[in-house]
Amino acid sequence: MSASPNPSPGPVVELRSATKRYGRVEAVRGISLTIGAGEIVAMLGPNGAGKTTSISLMLGLRRPTGGEVRLFGLPPTDRRARSRAGVMLQESGTTGVLTVRELVELFSTYYPSPLPRGQAIAMAGLDDKADARVATLSGGQRQRFYFALAICGNPDALFLDEPTVGMDVEARRAFVASTQALAAAGKTIVFTTHYLREAEELAQRIIVVDHGVVIADAAPRDLMARVAGKRVSFAVAGALPAEALSGLAVAALDVANGRVRFLTSEPEAVLRALFERKVAIQDLEVAGADLEEAVLSLTRRPEQA
Amino acid sequence: MTASLLQMLVAQTRSEIRMRWRIPAFSLTSLALPVLFFTFFGLPFARQTLANGVSLGAFLLASFAAYAVGSIMVYGFGIGVATERGMKVDLLMRATPVPPTIVILAKVLNALVFSGISIVILIVYGALVGGVRQDLTVWIVMIVRLLAGSLPFIALGFAIGYSSGPHAAPALANLIYLPLAFASGLFMPVSQLPGFVQRIAPYLPAYHYGQLAWGAVGARTEPILTSLAWLAGYTAVFLLIAARAYRREQSLKFS
Repeated sequence: MSASPNPSPGPVVELRSATKRYGRVEAVRGISLTIGAGEIVAMLGPNGAGKTTSISLMLGLRRPTGGEVRLFGLPPTDRRARSRAGVMLQESGTTGVLTVRELVELFSTYYPSPLPRGQAIAMAGLDDKADARVATLSGGQRQRFYFALAICGNPDALFLDEPTVGMDVEARRAFVASTQALAAAGKTIVFTTHYLREAEELAQRIIVVDHGVVIADAAPRDLMARVAGKRVSFAVAGALPAEALSGLAVAALDVANGRVRFLTSEPEAVLRALFERKVAIQDLEVAGADLEEAVLSLTRRPEQA
Repeated sequence: MTASLLQMLVAQTRSEIRMRWRIPAFSLTSLALPVLFFTFFGLPFARQTLANGVSLGAFLLASFAAYAVGSIMVYGFGIGVATERGMKVDLLMRATPVPPTIVILAKVLNALVFSGISIVILIVYGALVGGVRQDLTVWIVMIVRLLAGSLPFIALGFAIGYSSGPHAAPALANLIYLPLAFASGLFMPVSQLPGFVQRIAPYLPAYHYGQLAWGAVGARTEPILTSLAWLAGYTAVFLLIAARAYRREQSLKFS
């Protein structure tokens, strides 16, 4: 299986103008995206941005209000599609009286060509807890257990919603290593996270979601280059004129205690304009923004508009 | 490519049995409680004979066998389904390729296995301790009838499990099933019940279910087709309630 991760060609996930409304709340407001075989995709965004709903749509756990969703070219509720997807959800449980091994072996029977016995547990780093009842696991161990359930069917694609929540440092490192091994074996991996380091470390592609729409979809490096890549900060003598920054390409603007901070992808042009506008800049600092800042600048934009 | 449904069903049923066995609230009440009740309400009269020559011990044992199966279905499905919904077990299962019908069928098979074991324990206990003896064929007929006729109680269990939360379900199941079993003559013969209860009994599902067991030991008071018709009617009613609650739940969680 691992040699030919996606026997039938074509995308793993397709969302076409997908929308999802819960009562009055529009959780997803029209998302179109395609995820191909072998891609490692991180979905990033603040809480309530629509990440979990997007994953639920991909898996057929939620029916789209509008638009279309395909998983392996099939409706996501189709058993043939689900047989190729391993899933780790944020909010789900199992009965705690069965052991890790018992439940992993049960879930293995759901899939046509599961991993050999014990391999999923070993990859999740749970060997020493294999015969423990699930109810006795710690929060981090439980996350690893759910990871074992997700991979035990040897799926072509993995969907992991906030997989590392509750994991300690060691567990997270083991998870990252296992995920990289799966990626190297050609698996498609889609995961949500609010740990941006994790996205940077694991993903080849980052999809930033906010207010139910995709606001960026790029490789981590391109995302950095395209969005506000520099953090500019300076002090102003006296009040900053209201129109000083109008029309300039800045994001995440913050004025506090006589200090102005913003992100921009063209610091030279912005600073030139500021000098031309005779803004009295003091104590200027320009530094490279990290990924977290870059993404924050993207997700804050709608509120400033 | 998908996995074999039969293999899924076998593995799912095995897990279900293992799981229920490890929950004493289920396994103990399913297997020990009927024996305990028979000890209190049945053993004192076990060696007496009814007017028509039927062993009172066998009659009471049949009553508690019916009680046992009904309770396994109502409590097992009622509390079991409500608890699993509370823990969101269904959410994870829904994301896997296992069809919901396989999961439900495994629960039914598990309940039938526990029911069968519970009846056999009662029969062995009755024979050893109370001297209640019948031909093996009598007991086999009783077991088959009770298992096959348990459908309305499975449906009632699902109705409770899908319409109440994990904390309300045990109370609701008790409130419904205990009075039902008493008023239907499963704890003591209907003729011993207060007059108004005697008049209500023939309209209750557990009364007609009891007839299936009483008939096996030669003590039914209505034609078997009448019993079956009542049970079928109640099955339809309970299934309707269960299906409505199930659909409401599904549309909340998965639509």
